[in-house]
Amino acid sequence: MPTANNHSSRARSPAANTQPLARRQFVLDSARLFCGVGLLGLGLAAYSKQARARPPLAIRPPGASAEDDFLGACIRCGMCVRDCPYNILELARPESPVATGTPYFTARTGPCEMCEDIPCVKACPTGALDHSLTDINASKMGLAVLADQETCLNFLGLRCDVCYRVCPLIDQAITLELRPNTRTGRHAMFIPTVHSERCTGCGKCEKACVTEEASIRVLPAKLVKGSLGEHYRLGWEEKSKAGGHSLVEDKGLIDLPDRLPEGMKLEGHFDPGSDPLPAGMPGNAPANVVPSLPPGLGGPGAPAGAPRGGSPSEAAR
Amino acid sequence: MSSKRTGAEAVAAKGWFGAHRWLLARRLSQGVILALFLLGPLAAVWIVKGNLAYSLTLETLPLSDPYVLLQSLIAGNVPERLGLIGVLIVVVFYLLVGGRVYCAWVCPVNPVTDLAGWLRRRLAIKGSAHVSRSARYWLLAMTLALAGLTGTIAWELVNPVSMLHRGLIFGLGAGWTVVLAVFLFDLLVMSRGWCGHLCPVGAFYSLLGKWSPLRVTASRRAACNDCMDCFEVCPEPQVIRPALKGAGKGVGPVILAANCTNCGRCIDVCSKDVFTFGMRFDNRPENGTQTVPKTAADSN
Repeated sequence: MPTANNHSSRARSPAANTQPLARRQFVLDSARLFCGVGLLGLGLAAYSKQARARPPLAIRPPGASAEDDFLGACIRCGMCVRDCPYNILELARPESPVATGTPYFTARTGPCEMCEDIPCVKACPTGALDHSLTDINASKMGLAVLADQETCLNFLGLRCDVCYRVCPLIDQAITLELRPNTRTGRHAMFIPTVHSERCTGCGKCEKACVTEEASIRVLPAKLVKGSLGEHYRLGWEEKSKAGGHSLVEDKGLIDLPDRLPEGMKLEGHFDPGSDPLPAGMPGNAPANVVPSLPPGLGGPGAPAGAPRGGSPSEAAR
Repeated sequence: MSSKRTGAEAVAAKGWFGAHRWLLARRLSQGVILALFLLGPLAAVWIVKGNLAYSLTLETLPLSDPYVLLQSLIAGNVPERLGLIGVLIVVVFYLLVGGRVYCAWVCPVNPVTDLAGWLRRRLAIKGSAHVSRSARYWLLAMTLALAGLTGTIAWELVNPVSMLHRGLIFGLGAGWTVVLAVFLFDLLVMSRGWCGHLCPVGAFYSLLGKWSPLRVTASRRAACNDCMDCFEVCPEPQVIRPALKGAGKGVGPVILAANCTNCGRCIDVCSKDVFTFGMRFDNRPENGTQTVPKTAADSN
């Protein structure tokens, strides 16, 4: 016992003397750690930002949420890899450009076989693959694009049709659209046309494409899908929605000026260069009238000589 | 101090097998767990599917890593039912046996860093970069904060633990460079650097098992002959002193520090059988002050 007591008192007394020093050391050590770990964190954050840029040819399994959400949900357990009966999935290795450990497949080497019971989604313990996806035909793994019209055999006038034939949603996700073959002047071209609302991105078309490098490819939808814009209205769709009744034709809308080559006259078209401005146009209105409304909608009056022929809906087409 | 090998006394007193019992048990545990995972991909015997992040045993028993699922939760994702059941089972298990049992008995990086530690001793490599052992908790906080800030499980991009285990099962690729880096770091830069100072996975599990009942206890500490072998082999030597040398300060013999990995190497290497596995409740300060038969000291 005495030895133990001696020991403890010896240990305690210098500690008591140097308490402010110890506190200073503690604060310094903490600051050092905080800085070091903070730097590591910054580096890791930058790397994680890089890792979000998935290479376009790496396709996530069905039901995968958007890449950012997916990387927050997927714990890299590989259960989807194990339960895929066709072994198409693999977990990204550290050297691959796909985020380490996450599952993906490559359409050209092994496309999704579109199992009806979707075992990969059922196996996922985190919901990184959305369990509410029960119809494989509703999955959106990517979007097929006929990427190269120069090499697609159908674009060259042949009847390859392989992508169309292998498509699990034939005549829905891929259709063949007829166009005249202007090269021969007497044949039709059967253009494989992908319809984004039905295409699942399974990749069977890319796998089956007979050209040396696939001419049709599955890519992330956000990389290839355009967006028309909220405000666009397609006249013919609006017309059919309105029961065949055009929303514009009987409104007497103004026919906007067409610029024509000098000296050319087109019947019914107004050329601001040579024709006098019609009544109601800015610059020809009575000074006290502000033409806030177009002619025909309560404005100063329809322009002279605007015939029915060049109707706006026709022009929109 | 003579230049004798660490543990030589124990081998002399208990025989080689007696002085390596827990080490062998631990290697067996690590090996069996890895073999169960590998049996599927290598021999198509599917007893366990998945990896340490989440696994399904015999298609019924889910086990998930609470640390990675916590990061996923912070990143804004709620796991599915099986994932949650798996967390529950794993958390209860480690609450009982000690969180860092994961490190010593399951983690595939442990043999790597143990090898580095052993080589360091054999090659007498002295000198070690000084970083506080609490660095791991800062790293743990950083990984959790990063999950929230980036909305992704950023740590899993670089985590050597999951990278090695997943790599062994699903294909290692360049992951071996990370494992080699950890090995060389432990060997040449910092003694017990990865597991003992930096690893946030271990930090998480140490917090999980802070109150676990199963503990190593210096139940016969009066028999200690100060040979220092336990300090030499222990991956977290700071946890031993309070329990082993605390008799005079009224500290009980149970090693209560959360960072004890319950690896049992101290039990193996002690020629005087000072240490045993026991319960944290047998922790009256007078325990182990006299040299008494082991059984008597253990019974409450």
